[in-house]
Amino acid sequence: MQRVRLRYTKRGRLRFTSHRDFQRAFERALRRAEVPMAYSAGFTPHPKVSYANAAPTGTGSEAEFLEIALTERRDPEKLRELLDESLPDGLDITDAVEARTPGLADRLTASVWELRLEGVAAEDVERAVAAFLAADAVEVQRRTKNGMRTFDARAAVAGLQATPAPSDRPGQGPCAILRLVVRHVTPAVRPDDVLSGLRAVADLAPPVPAAVTRLAQGLFDEESGTVTDPLAPDREAVTAAPQKAAGPAAAPEPTGAGSA
Amino acid sequence: MPAESVFPQLEALLPHVQKPIQYVGGELNSTVKEWDDCDVRWALMYPDAYEVGLPNQGVMILYEVLNEREGVLAERTYSVWPDLEALMREHRVPQFTVDSHRPVKAFDVFGLSFSTELGYTNMLTALDLAGIPLESKDRTLDDPIVLAGGHAAFNPEPIADFIDAAIIGDGEQAVLDMTAIIRAWKAEGRPGGREEVLLRLAKTGSVYIPAFYDVEYLPDGRIGRVVPNRSGVPWRVSKHTVMDLDEWPYPKQPLVPLAETVHERMSVEIFRGCTRGCRFCQAGMITRPVRERSITGIGEMVEKGLKATGFEEVGLLSLSSADHSEIGDIAKGLADRYEEDKVGLSLPSTRVDAFNVDLANELTRNGRRSGLTFAPEGGSERMRKVINKMVSEEDLIRTVATAYGNGWRQVKLYFMCGLPTETDDDVLQIADMAMSVIQKGREVSGQNDIRCTVSIGGFVPKPHTPFQWAPQLSAEDTDARLEKLRDKIRGDKKYGRSIGFRYHDGKPGIVEGLLSRGDRRVGAVIRAVYEDGGRFDGWREHFSYDRWMACAEKTLPAFGVDVDWYTTRERTYEEVLPWDHLDSGLDKDWLWEDWQDALDETEVEDCRWTPCFDCGVCPQMDTHIQIGPTGKKLLPLTVVK
Repeated sequence: MQRVRLRYTKRGRLRFTSHRDFQRAFERALRRAEVPMAYSAGFTPHPKVSYANAAPTGTGSEAEFLEIALTERRDPEKLRELLDESLPDGLDITDAVEARTPGLADRLTASVWELRLEGVAAEDVERAVAAFLAADAVEVQRRTKNGMRTFDARAAVAGLQATPAPSDRPGQGPCAILRLVVRHVTPAVRPDDVLSGLRAVADLAPPVPAAVTRLAQGLFDEESGTVTDPLAPDREAVTAAPQKAAGPAAAPEPTGAGSA
Repeated sequence: MPAESVFPQLEALLPHVQKPIQYVGGELNSTVKEWDDCDVRWALMYPDAYEVGLPNQGVMILYEVLNEREGVLAERTYSVWPDLEALMREHRVPQFTVDSHRPVKAFDVFGLSFSTELGYTNMLTALDLAGIPLESKDRTLDDPIVLAGGHAAFNPEPIADFIDAAIIGDGEQAVLDMTAIIRAWKAEGRPGGREEVLLRLAKTGSVYIPAFYDVEYLPDGRIGRVVPNRSGVPWRVSKHTVMDLDEWPYPKQPLVPLAETVHERMSVEIFRGCTRGCRFCQAGMITRPVRERSITGIGEMVEKGLKATGFEEVGLLSLSSADHSEIGDIAKGLADRYEEDKVGLSLPSTRVDAFNVDLANELTRNGRRSGLTFAPEGGSERMRKVINKMVSEEDLIRTVATAYGNGWRQVKLYFMCGLPTETDDDVLQIADMAMSVIQKGREVSGQNDIRCTVSIGGFVPKPHTPFQWAPQLSAEDTDARLEKLRDKIRGDKKYGRSIGFRYHDGKPGIVEGLLSRGDRRVGAVIRAVYEDGGRFDGWREHFSYDRWMACAEKTLPAFGVDVDWYTTRERTYEEVLPWDHLDSGLDKDWLWEDWQDALDETEVEDCRWTPCFDCGVCPQMDTHIQIGPTGKKLLPLTVVK
């Protein structure tokens, strides 16, 4: 069995795809592309796909990850092209590597988000950001399946900066861009929770919903304040052991412990 | 009319609505053509939520047939939920197509497919959101031609004021003929305006233009006559019939939505029409004669369709799928071909008497054996003679015994309540039937954990059927009868707990009855309901019986009629029915004889296997029965890996 890790996007109008919608679309794309999928055992066998940490419906993403299990070996790059072609534009497969290390999910500890705030002046956003960062805790509320929930949105935020939007952008009026680095914690702090936080500390209320995009997802690096590519260890493992990647022989079964 | 995309305005609203994905389009196999490269443009609507409308085969077929043609484009639009409707009104976003988000008003034709009358209020919502006047008489050259099709269009009279045209029967060739007429009229510079193009359509004899007919009423409220009010407009308008389904292998590239919908499968229509002659069944009456798709044609559609979609299930659709002359070979051939690929086969609409265990085994070879569904429709032998559903209790018991003996554990039985001449006793016999099923099942399987579910709803008499004259049972009587049945089932100590009971109360059926057999005066009720906020009448959580009744009480007395007059009143032979000028091919005298035979509990055979009994369709429409067997088989597909 070969395991392949894929990075994919939710772009443009397809950012409104829910995670369930994406799962169905992806599994159909696997069938159309005739990918030799491994199936789960049982009464209703399902193709073996593990999804990690999907972005909420309505937010765009450049950095979603999943892993599939194949019964026959495939070249990851060819597989990527095939699947990308089989998916609708906007759901694009942008990277593929053979899994050679355990624990992809463990390497997704933080995300970098971009929030585009139309109709808001950069100075106002900067002021709100400063107030937010100065606070020890910022209580926000979100409606969940179990009713209203109150939690802190501040502690998970590892970075928050405001910049004015580039002057050549389409549209009129003021616009600010927020860059947010947030650690994956429980309960999850989402970009809209941070926006709620900005409203709570500085009454920042954008007139239109923010356009939110996940730019990156990976292991949080304290020094640089950003995240590293979670597929890099798999790629480096290939470089370290090229004879394994080249030959048609079966890939070593991941042991699930220690080799990273 | 500018045809720019309204997506930028819509996009700002989408974060605030439920399931925004249903409004963004971009489905696999959808088509976006250049607006300016086309001279005839269709907006096709299924007037219900996207999740119901997207899988609709009728819309999908016409979408593809039209888009395949040079210079013609078709885009789709669906009903928006009230949350988005409110935002669209607030922000002045018009009804849009999901393909390229163009305003519906910019198209030449706005075609709506009505599988059920319960979509009428949704049509008015869409027209209003589109900025198209609700009534035909107020429209100008800036408005599309509003066209109704689908089974409900066989009596378009209740919506006669709101539509410009209706087409009855098969749409494939009809939309192309209509396109040609519109194209010529536009090329000539639209001489004579809307009147002229509608007149050209009317003169073909197969497009109904309600405004070109005057309805005269008798003092007692009944219709006196329906008269064309323009020269050259025919007295009757004919339905369309497509012969040779193999020439129309649509949809070739079924749409695959990102959003979840009610049917997640690749559907192939294996035949059209049905001559079993069930007297309650409008679909069986208006789609005659039977035209089979060949086994090889089916095999090809399944192969291409699965490749194009990646679906995991194939539905072999028709009105009674096990009746295809080569169904055994089709099921076996497909099960063989797709055994490795984990593709499931399903056969909706299987008759008890056409079921056999070999077929069922083929269908479940790649899947599980959870439940079987049959529709005896009537609880007593007498009732089944009245409705001409010739299934005996012995047939049913034998079939379920085989099923339970072969590993099935659950049987679902569908019935109707309120059929003509029905008594409490006829309905109570449903309980006896279900108990016999459980008894037999326990005996054959040697187990106690088997189940039978009885599902029952109120019968609604439909136009162009032998029951078009019948009185509908009132909602109160329907509910009382269903309650007695429920008590009998629940009260049985030995079997009651093994029998599930699902029923629909009688109220929605009365509204459906009003709309099914209504005339132009019912339009006032529909409009009043829409203006009072009525939407999505097919959805329990939106449907309001009280609103419909209140609006009927406000509007109908002016005409000297009421809801009962349309629903529970029995019609006589002489009465001019609102749909008499729409020709489904069925001879009205034959329908009347069949109605009399029903009252006499006399059955009629199926003309596929017995001589013609003169229903009138084939000679009137110049069509004939097209069935196999062809003797061909489905060969294994060559596997290229």
